[in-house]
Amino acid sequence: MPVRIISTRERVTAFLEGEIDHHSAADIRMDIDSALMQYKPNLLKLDYGDVTFMDSSGIGLIMGRYRLVQSFGGKVLVTNLSPQIYKIMQLAGLEKIAKISKREDVNSADNK
Amino acid sequence: MQIINEFRMTVDSKSINEGFSRAAVAAFVAQLDPTLDEISDIKMAVSEAVTNCIVHAYPTSVGKIYIYAAILDGGTVKVSIRDKGCGIMDVRQAMEPLFTTLGGERAGLGFAVMESFTDKISVRSVLGKGTTVTLYKKINGRAAV
Repeated sequence: MPVRIISTRERVTAFLEGEIDHHSAADIRMDIDSALMQYKPNLLKLDYGDVTFMDSSGIGLIMGRYRLVQSFGGKVLVTNLSPQIYKIMQLAGLEKIAKISKREDVNSADNK
Repeated sequence: MQIINEFRMTVDSKSINEGFSRAAVAAFVAQLDPTLDEISDIKMAVSEAVTNCIVHAYPTSVGKIYIYAAILDGGTVKVSIRDKGCGIMDVRQAMEPLFTTLGGERAGLGFAVMESFTDKISVRSVLGKGTTVTLYKKINGRAAV
């Protein structure tokens, strides 16, 4: 499973795992959207702590979820980003639609 | 520039091969002892180019994607990703950030990512014949860090 989801009425939290590309994004999208449609939360939190790779399909994934969450007045929060993925999200201007934040321990994973 | 080492492979335009293609190119480039950031940049650029072949070049059928990688004198990596798909009507427009013919789940950032994470990119496309994207990136390697 590339995504694990914990849902309440206030918040849907999706823990993404592994590599996010055009191939894996389809399943992730379906799982998150079914939780969003069921709970219509105020907040969608996407946790990238266990994501090892992402290309622009991951940007499309966030943009698509933003549109859905916005349609019932919610917000999107993207957390635990590696420096590399944070850089792509900035490049894409995602800060305009979601609050994005880097991983706490930035020293270990990326330059071993 | 002189070619030090090269490899070629052909994969079907199936989305499961996106991960395989970028991993294969990354494994080939590993002989230059790249940093994790350099490897990640190459994987991302290759992933974008291969995804374009799957999503755009062969939208309704499965075709072949021809991948070639070479290590050039001085530590530059050249990767070309070629398809025999539908071709791009207007390459300049296709390369504009956020431009996409598909909308919805596609961000329109494929070429922008390729440009940002490599040193040079060239795109040749003929309608009805196919597209070749060639990427160049100098690998400084871990010794330089």
